[in-house]
Amino acid sequence: MRRTRLLGLLRKEFLQIIRDPSSIAIALVMPIVLLVLIGYGVSLDARGVTFGVVDESRSVESAGFFEAFATTPYFKPTDFVDSRQAEAALMRGDIMGFAVLRSNFSRELASPGHAVRIAIVVNGVDANNARIVSGYAQGAVAVWANGRRAERALVAPGAVTLENRYWFNPEIRSTNFIVPGLIALIMTMIGALLTALVVAREWERGTMEAMMVSPASMAEIIVGKLAAYFVLGMGSLAVSMGLAIFLFQVPFRGSPAALIGISAVFLVVALAMGLLISTVARNQFVAAQLAFLVTFMPALILSGLLFDIESTPVWVRAITFIFPARYYVSCLQTLFLAGTVHEILLPNVLILAVFAAVLLAAAIARTRRSLE
Amino acid sequence: MLRRILSLIIKEFLTLWKDPKSRFVIIAPPLIQLVLFANAATFDVNHVALGLWVEDSAHPARELVSRFEGSTAFDVVAHFDNPGDVERALSAQRVKAILHLGQTFSADVLAGRPAKVQLLLDGRRSNTALIVQNYAATILESFQRQRSIRPEAGLQLETRAWFNPNYDSQWFILPGLTVLLTAVATILITALSVARERELGTFEQLLVTPLRPMEILLGKAIPPTCIGFVEANVIATIAVVFYGVPFIGNILLFHVAVAAFAVSTIGIGMVISSIARTQQQAILGVFIFLAPAIVLSGFATPIANMPQWSQELTRINPIAYMIRLTRGIFLQDVSWSLAWDQLWPMLVIGIVTQAYSTWLFARKLQ
Amino acid sequence: MAPAAPPIVVVDAVTKRFGKGPQATIALDHVSAEIRPGQITGLVGPDGAGKTTLLRLIAGLLKPNEGKITVLGQDSVTAVTTVQHDIGYMPQRFGLYEDLTVAENLDLYADMHELDGTVRQERFASLLAFTALTPFVERLAGKLSGGMKQKLGLACALLSRPKLLLLDEPSAGVDPASRRELWRIVRTMAGEGVAVIWSTAYLDEAERCDSFLLFANGRLLASGSPTDFSRRVDGRTFLITVPPGHKHRVQRRAAADPAIADAIIQGERIRIVLNDGATLPDAAVLGGTGLPQPVRPRFEDAFVSLLHGRTAPRSSPAVPEESTSTAVTDGAAIEAHDLTRDFGAFRAVDNVTFTVAPGEVFGLLGPNGAGKSTTFRMLCGLLEPSAGSARVAGVDLGTARAAARERIGYMSQRFSLYGELSVRDNLDFFSGVYGLSSTRRRQRIDWALESFELGPVARQTSGSLPLGFKQRLALSCALLHEPRVLFLDEPTSGVDPLMRREFWARIGALAEQRVTVLVTSHFMDEAEYCDRLAIVYGGRMIAMGSPDDLKRRFVSDTLPDPTLEDAFVALIETQGTKAAP
Repeated sequence: MRRTRLLGLLRKEFLQIIRDPSSIAIALVMPIVLLVLIGYGVSLDARGVTFGVVDESRSVESAGFFEAFATTPYFKPTDFVDSRQAEAALMRGDIMGFAVLRSNFSRELASPGHAVRIAIVVNGVDANNARIVSGYAQGAVAVWANGRRAERALVAPGAVTLENRYWFNPEIRSTNFIVPGLIALIMTMIGALLTALVVAREWERGTMEAMMVSPASMAEIIVGKLAAYFVLGMGSLAVSMGLAIFLFQVPFRGSPAALIGISAVFLVVALAMGLLISTVARNQFVAAQLAFLVTFMPALILSGLLFDIESTPVWVRAITFIFPARYYVSCLQTLFLAGTVHEILLPNVLILAVFAAVLLAAAIARTRRSLE
Repeated sequence: MLRRILSLIIKEFLTLWKDPKSRFVIIAPPLIQLVLFANAATFDVNHVALGLWVEDSAHPARELVSRFEGSTAFDVVAHFDNPGDVERALSAQRVKAILHLGQTFSADVLAGRPAKVQLLLDGRRSNTALIVQNYAATILESFQRQRSIRPEAGLQLETRAWFNPNYDSQWFILPGLTVLLTAVATILITALSVARERELGTFEQLLVTPLRPMEILLGKAIPPTCIGFVEANVIATIAVVFYGVPFIGNILLFHVAVAAFAVSTIGIGMVISSIARTQQQAILGVFIFLAPAIVLSGFATPIANMPQWSQELTRINPIAYMIRLTRGIFLQDVSWSLAWDQLWPMLVIGIVTQAYSTWLFARKLQ
Repeated sequence: MAPAAPPIVVVDAVTKRFGKGPQATIALDHVSAEIRPGQITGLVGPDGAGKTTLLRLIAGLLKPNEGKITVLGQDSVTAVTTVQHDIGYMPQRFGLYEDLTVAENLDLYADMHELDGTVRQERFASLLAFTALTPFVERLAGKLSGGMKQKLGLACALLSRPKLLLLDEPSAGVDPASRRELWRIVRTMAGEGVAVIWSTAYLDEAERCDSFLLFANGRLLASGSPTDFSRRVDGRTFLITVPPGHKHRVQRRAAADPAIADAIIQGERIRIVLNDGATLPDAAVLGGTGLPQPVRPRFEDAFVSLLHGRTAPRSSPAVPEESTSTAVTDGAAIEAHDLTRDFGAFRAVDNVTFTVAPGEVFGLLGPNGAGKSTTFRMLCGLLEPSAGSARVAGVDLGTARAAARERIGYMSQRFSLYGELSVRDNLDFFSGVYGLSSTRRRQRIDWALESFELGPVARQTSGSLPLGFKQRLALSCALLHEPRVLFLDEPTSGVDPLMRREFWARIGALAEQRVTVLVTSHFMDEAEYCDRLAIVYGGRMIAMGSPDDLKRRFVSDTLPDPTLEDAFVALIETQGTKAAP
């Protein structure tokens, strides 16, 4: 490696980045767009769920029940007189579910020892949401029942209450884990897609050939290229972090140094993947498709960004191990919410380092041979 | 005129089929995505790694613990006896949740005093935490019912999930996936077909023939429509046959929906292809449209959870309408009149985009 | 010339294959050659002959499968880094970073060669002066003209003072004036002892090299000095004068004559090359007048006669016999009246006016970016003029475009066919979109398969066919509906001279059947086939006339027999001086 050559290559890359608005757009605008869009658009937090209360009894007690739903932040209850109306509304998608209080509701309540039946129906089409909504509904009913007990100073003998403590994310906001995961997606896009496109463009224009004939070694050419896009990638990391912390209010509990270190390793992995893609795909079209298929999709689905890897079938879980994104997502979610947990970070960063070394070596070897 | 359009359609199919790149675009990504999404895109939670921190060895405590151990939802993987270990295990993700029974648990239960069970959850994945909490609450509920220590003797809560009684994620994902993959295929093929001809120079060859712009557009729109139908049917069949998703709705309605949807997606593809000069630009255009359109479609997460401004955006998204409608047809057997609420917006989007692209084409030829 | 100078490059029985197994294509087949310092060695051959592969092998970018290349006494594979220090390489499209300025491009290459301090400044200054790029140092390379890009590419390659300069098609797509300037620069370099390898598809360039290597399909066909090579056909090249309007017929007859190896149209005359040992046929028999005039042989004459000897002599290419298109309307076939086209503030075509008579072959000649393509596109209805009007086959393009389209055929530069489709599918498709009835369709497809000799390859994928077949297929597709006017955009770029002859023979036959042909070209040879030419430069038509007319204008004492290229360069120069004050 010679300083003059490296500096020359670096200057060239930066000049190109500055002159070509599309790489700056990909590096700085895309993170913002993706974060805002997905950060807001993808949420698993049910709030203000439209919910029906079919009140056939029309009594003080049933009104209290309705109140119990109205006072939680989770529900926006609507009153129905007839369960058929509620069913039709459910069918139309106007309400997510409904509770049915029969006409003898208050009478049953008044007679001790009599079982009071409350039916809750949720729209199960969106299974996950349905599960959460039915959980909230049960919670709302329990709150109502407790309230009644407190009113009448009744304490059920020997009742066992479940006290939940949500560590790391007490408000259980899904944004808190999705947004850190998104940073992994963005870094993958920047690293792999941008590099793949840029190198493919050099092949298309014949400049790669000219460089290879110059005394610059393959390693110098590649290091120059990676270094420039590394800086760009770290820039988009900073932008993403800023948005995550200040716009989305995700707490950051880990050490910034660990974040920068791990992100740096992952960025090298992503850049090397992009380089490798560009050696396989010699034009920008194929490069873009490959980059999408082998980096973006796995980073979205197989990384734990949104879907819990541990709940997938064994073979899917096995596949996730070969995609670097999962290791980085795990680090990010931990760094943001739990802190600098060495048991998690160390093994992940080690594996990422191995990926970086192997992919980089493969990329250099393949680029050297790629005219063949 | 018919003969000319027919020649164009035959040619479109031949080029699509004979070009390995296009064939790949139509076949491989949908298959890979189908398999991946159907299996990996799940919000279900099972085999939760549970830690036990039990400071009480009397009978009621043991009984509750054995219920957790016996449950299929939980795998007990660790036992703890001090808070320090608990904290480390949770932060290192060795366990997802820890069940804590204090020293007085059994005594309280036996004495009829209110007793407390603590569940410490790893909240990093909020969704998983919520579901785990649900599982624990269910177990506790049955424990109490058995011991007849219900919180309110007379309250019987009966919860049912309509249309999907077992909360099966695949019933939710696969109908949505049918729509998504059909959308990707139709938009991509439409957007690429003109861009490819531009790149190869054959588009000019077409323009110097007596074909009118309208005929070219028709010839370009019909093949992707056919492919959209095939793709929708194949994926729907796979969903029903291999993944056991019920299809209780009207088949005819399903096809009408696919047709209306194709009109809208091909319109969008046409707009992209009338702007893009190269295949790469076309791909980029498709990506720029699809990425937000998928996020804002309700495919993975409910539209109702979004902030108001993005809910408004879903109103111009044909994928959102089609996903709602397809799920309705698969699982709810929606009626024609209900379906119409989703059909007409797609048609409006289709007509507007097709008209716009025709105008763009006509203007470009000037 | 010192024949004793030891070779700087020795290529020894080199074979290069791409791919593996039975699908492997052989790019170079047992090629041996020597390159000497102080000489310009031309690497000559049509597209796909193996020129680029050989350059890349010498530059160490590829490894030979068999054989060995020694560059400056070192092995090109094992000593690749040492070798690359002494090489200057300019790839196709010049290897420039288009979003860097001229100075930044030079800086980059200087850094690669670790030039610093005064050496660097001196070389920059001398190269910029040498290439006349000094005023443009701050301009982005992408914004330079083709000729300036070419010079910048060359300057970058020369920065390290290489002993060996490799130039891959440096003159492709640049105008003749820039081409001459490039020659001057490279000639100076060779004079300083640099070995230059210059790859080109233009045969007239080969003539100016000190030695040449002629390739076809990966094999070395001939090598040596171009003068010696041309001398092979010494005394066998003649020009036959023909009466006006008969040149196509005479050319066809001459080509069919067993004594004649090559016959091409050159302005109003026919240039022939006799077979070795054959006696000169009577010009009158061929349809000419007067005595055939002996001329100095050219490189191309020798090349074609060599190819002619190798391939089975074929009767003149089958000529499509038209049956119905003889009905011709009166008046001009193409009329352009004050055609103007603006792209934003840029005026690409400025008030171009000309008419083309039925049956005439009319050429639009000019360097890239001169406005000839824009004019062409307006005439076939692909582009709306900003001002002025155009009529084609008697129909106004502004008012009845669809009607006009039924009467025109169009063949683009890249033989725009559907490469994934078979030959037959392509014919089916084009006959379909031209709305031919089913009987006529069958007839015309049979006609195309037969008269263009496409029958044997009808089922093959058209993209995989050799260039010559693609060209024939493209032409047959453009003729299926028997158009009155045929538009050809750079129709023979990159094809070998035999195919070019075959192509023009067909065009000549069409012209005789009163089909009007409009052709664009930056190839001077091609222009010789035209009846009349319009030379387009800077968006304006700077000259119009027959090839002979244009040449005659520039006859001088120093240039008694100017070529079309001489005329072209002279025209552009006068244009430049006119614009200067």
